[in-house]
Amino acid sequence: MTTSVIRFDDTLKGYVFTVQEFAQLCATAFAGAFRRPWYLRDTLYHMDRIGVGSLFIVVLTGIFTGMVLALQGAIQLEPYGAVQYISRLISTSVVRELGPVLAALMIAGRVGSGIASELASMQVTEQIDALRAEGTDPIKKLVTPRLVASLIMVPVLTVITNGIALLGGFLIANLYLSIDPYFYWTWAFEALRFHDLIYGLIKPTVFGFIICMVGCYAGLNTTGGTVGVGQATTQSMVTSSILILMSDFFMTKLFVFLG
Amino acid sequence: MIRFTNVCMKFHGRAVLKDFTLEIPSGETAVILGGSGGGKTTMLRLILGLLRPDSGSIRVDGQELVGLPERDMVPIRARMAMVFQGSALFDSLTVRENVGYRLYEERALPEDAIERKIIESLCFVGLEDTLEKMPAELSGGMKKRVAIARALACSPEVILYDEPTAGLDPINTHLVNELIRRLQKEERLTQVVVTHDLETAYRVADRLIMIHRGDKLFDGTVDMLKRADDPRIRTFLRPHEVLATPGCFPDKDGGIRVVAPTLDEETPT
Repeated sequence: MTTSVIRFDDTLKGYVFTVQEFAQLCATAFAGAFRRPWYLRDTLYHMDRIGVGSLFIVVLTGIFTGMVLALQGAIQLEPYGAVQYISRLISTSVVRELGPVLAALMIAGRVGSGIASELASMQVTEQIDALRAEGTDPIKKLVTPRLVASLIMVPVLTVITNGIALLGGFLIANLYLSIDPYFYWTWAFEALRFHDLIYGLIKPTVFGFIICMVGCYAGLNTTGGTVGVGQATTQSMVTSSILILMSDFFMTKLFVFLG
Repeated sequence: MIRFTNVCMKFHGRAVLKDFTLEIPSGETAVILGGSGGGKTTMLRLILGLLRPDSGSIRVDGQELVGLPERDMVPIRARMAMVFQGSALFDSLTVRENVGYRLYEERALPEDAIERKIIESLCFVGLEDTLEKMPAELSGGMKKRVAIARALACSPEVILYDEPTAGLDPINTHLVNELIRRLQKEERLTQVVVTHDLETAYRVADRLIMIHRGDKLFDGTVDMLKRADDPRIRTFLRPHEVLATPGCFPDKDGGIRVVAPTLDEETPT
């Protein structure tokens, strides 16, 4: 009985400690963006890797999401004779929810796990210690450039996903459902309000933060050699996906409340 | 000068250093000997401030390291360099960028002076032709020598080596040993070499310190070590004599544990 209480106590302490460490890492990485040296070259390099490197997968994600939404939407709207307004359905659901969330999940899979495994390998081969020994702050050198790059590139990728999803929807609407292009695009934009666009940008910024920081945290806290590298990669993928879905719910709730 | 005073350090409840006291004067090459997991690497990390002790004091040239914030560690680390066990070269950088890493970061020197320093350091380890190579293209011995060049490039006063010859072939072991000796004789650098390789230890040491389970077991010269009477030291130096009979294993306190085969009773039918 006592041992199980102690074990529970230790587990609880472990969780609190993890949250505290994570918050500390985030604060240090964020503060690093406002202190010299800037590591501009590293930031640009990661912007290229995260942004240009993920372009292909978010384009595919976008186009198929848009197409499938058009197909499913048409089935739902047909009994009401509202198939013409399919672009309303596509644009609101993509810009508000599906675009940011699906793009973020794809980027988490590609970029987040990549960050985790790279930093984890550096950790187990003592390269992080070597950086510190060389007088470099590893958080500033490794985490901050990735964070800045993610905060900029994930929203950009999301906007591209949204655009491509609308285009995918248009392909099905025009070629399969014979909806007039003018009608499609007019209603696609008519359905969106200004703050949909703002909220649609806040979400991917938060997701970018989650993807990068969870990956960095998992990577930097790796122990146990090559097994640890695998665990860090899996852990970062699972944790960031769950955090993306959870934070999406709470942000949507907040935005609905704000109107 | 590096001074440890009553340093205690625990990992997951296990004592790695127990009330450890040691002084390494400037210009001396001290070899820390001991079995794996004996707290040797921990010592180097403590000197660099990569780890913090649970209690005690660590001073480098009179400056107390314990309790010093990370930012204030930077000028102290600037005077030291470490050669890591796995070399720890930065995978994403070329040999040139690796060796000149600190100089490029500090930007205290003009580009051509940095270049000269890099080439000078690489010449010292005999690898001046690898400038544009990536670490993945080098062999283990070459990596280790590049790591030594990286340590040298910033003209440190203290170099710390973590198992510099572990996993190297005899030729590379010899080359690395000779590099350490040259730095000892020609530059009079303070060097701390952690190793369990006796050949390296005998070759480079001004002084030998043997650690066993966090305690200092021996402190003296090579000759004194060879004559030492402690059973734990004898087992470490001449395992083939002490543990000659099959089934013999070293005991915690330096005794010998004989394990009789009992497999027959345990074998499930």
